[in-house]
Amino acid sequence: MTTRTSAIEVAGLRKSYGDHEVIAGVDLTVPEGTVYALLGPNGAGKTTAVRILSTLLPADAGEARVAGYDVRREADQVRASIGVTGQFSAVDELLTGRENLRLMADLGHLHRRRATTVVERLLERFDLVDAADRRAATYSGGMKRRLDLAMTLVAGPRLIFLDEPTTGLDPRSRRELWGIVRELVADGVTVFLTTQYLEEADQLADRIGVLDGGRLVAEGTAAELKRLVPGGHIELQVADSERVAELARQLPEAIPNAEALTVTLPHDGSLTALRRLLDGIDDDGAVTGLAVHTPDLDDVFLALTGHPTTDEVPS
Amino acid sequence: MSTTTYAVRDSATMLRRNLKHMARYPSQTLMLIGLPLLFLLLFVYVFGGTMGAGLPGAPAEDRGGYLTFITPGILMMTVASVSIGTAVSVATDMTNGIIDRFRTMAIAKVSVLTGHVLGAMIQTALALAVVFGVAFLLGLETAASATQWLSLVGLLALLSFAMTWFTVGLGLASPNPETASNWPMIFVLLPFAGSGFVPVESMPTGLRWFAEHQPFTPIMDAFRGLLAGSPGGSEVLWAIGWCVVIGLVGYLWSRRLYRTRAAN
Repeated sequence: MTTRTSAIEVAGLRKSYGDHEVIAGVDLTVPEGTVYALLGPNGAGKTTAVRILSTLLPADAGEARVAGYDVRREADQVRASIGVTGQFSAVDELLTGRENLRLMADLGHLHRRRATTVVERLLERFDLVDAADRRAATYSGGMKRRLDLAMTLVAGPRLIFLDEPTTGLDPRSRRELWGIVRELVADGVTVFLTTQYLEEADQLADRIGVLDGGRLVAEGTAAELKRLVPGGHIELQVADSERVAELARQLPEAIPNAEALTVTLPHDGSLTALRRLLDGIDDDGAVTGLAVHTPDLDDVFLALTGHPTTDEVPS
Repeated sequence: MSTTTYAVRDSATMLRRNLKHMARYPSQTLMLIGLPLLFLLLFVYVFGGTMGAGLPGAPAEDRGGYLTFITPGILMMTVASVSIGTAVSVATDMTNGIIDRFRTMAIAKVSVLTGHVLGAMIQTALALAVVFGVAFLLGLETAASATQWLSLVGLLALLSFAMTWFTVGLGLASPNPETASNWPMIFVLLPFAGSGFVPVESMPTGLRWFAEHQPFTPIMDAFRGLLAGSPGGSEVLWAIGWCVVIGLVGYLWSRRLYRTRAAN
């Protein structure tokens, strides 16, 4: 037995459709037991990357090893090691929830008794016990997603791919799904997910790769990425518009907003700068509040790609 | 377990899935069996009197004789009719996310298709049993010996196997289930432009040439010969030959399409 530390290793990955290069040279490494989020707008190449890594699509060039196996030459070993939940519902709507899970157990070559145990446990874990004997066609969007993910887990994969797992879900279902992903990670499962929601990547991922036009334009932890953009600021709430104007004269870098009664100042995040600022303000009750804003991933995305993220839900 | 054992086990799993689909969606099966039955009743009771009289050497209003004459055409139509359902369910699978799930699992690749083929053959057997049952109720007479019956059943199984593989290909080639349901309609109608409902000798030259040379004619002639207890050797060989060709083309085409559609 060799010890592996990387669940996914990708080098120089490329894929084109005609003249259109969808993946234009991607390198990335995902250590075992971590969550990696591929973040990007529609058309960035996220789904193509997942399809290549999950053996659905051959790459034009580059190396990709998943669970220690080459995705091209050892596709069957890769398939035996992974679980995939695609962007579109992959449940059999004519079958019941239980039958769908049983189908996965049979195709995963689980022994009969073990299959029954696993199916019942997953129904409970994913809150589908009451709906277990109803056809999946009658399920709500959130229930279908849960069943979809449960089906992915039947064979107990140590590495799972989730392609936009919460797209189209309401906020409550989204939070439920996040909870499930966190549980999986706690069990030591490696998760590779794609998302166009910055908050999702921030919430779940150990490392985030920002994909734009088929290229990784940045990679790192959420905190590292935020540090890439110097766009932090301090916002002061002020009692009245006169004092807003006064503060604006006093602090040369300040941007006053007389209507919102705020004064905004650029801030590099350091304590020294904050103390200097506070020292310069009279403590006479005119400043009623202070907030320090670190840049969020939206700022990061804008700074890195030169265009904002598209937050619309794909049809 | 070996690769072959997995292929058998996975195919059995997929077959169970397809049988459940049929049970959950019985209207489709009923429709597919109903179509040839409708034609059988229509041709025996509406057209039978007149058409039967037109058969060479037949007495006037020979419905029974016409029933015997068209039974092979109806059998052909039954196999073709069930294949509509096969094309539709394959196309439905391919447009659904579940096919990608199957493809990312370590299962025998062919099992997705063999599940459909086996399911369709069971459906065809059921449909043929119903059609035979109704034909006998209407007074079908046969002089076939036990061996000839066995040959007939064997030939029907071969035809159904071949047609199913071909329509699996059609299902894979169709962009959606709606398109998939259109193509096999040609096979349902093809017995008309052959020896299914009238002797080909009664057709105008061009059509007659087509009818004599299209694959369904020798197959229907072989059925007719076997049912009458006097099969012609060359018809049976031609029938087997055509079934092998249709089946082989269908299988290779399906396998190729399944692989290439995987790469999109």
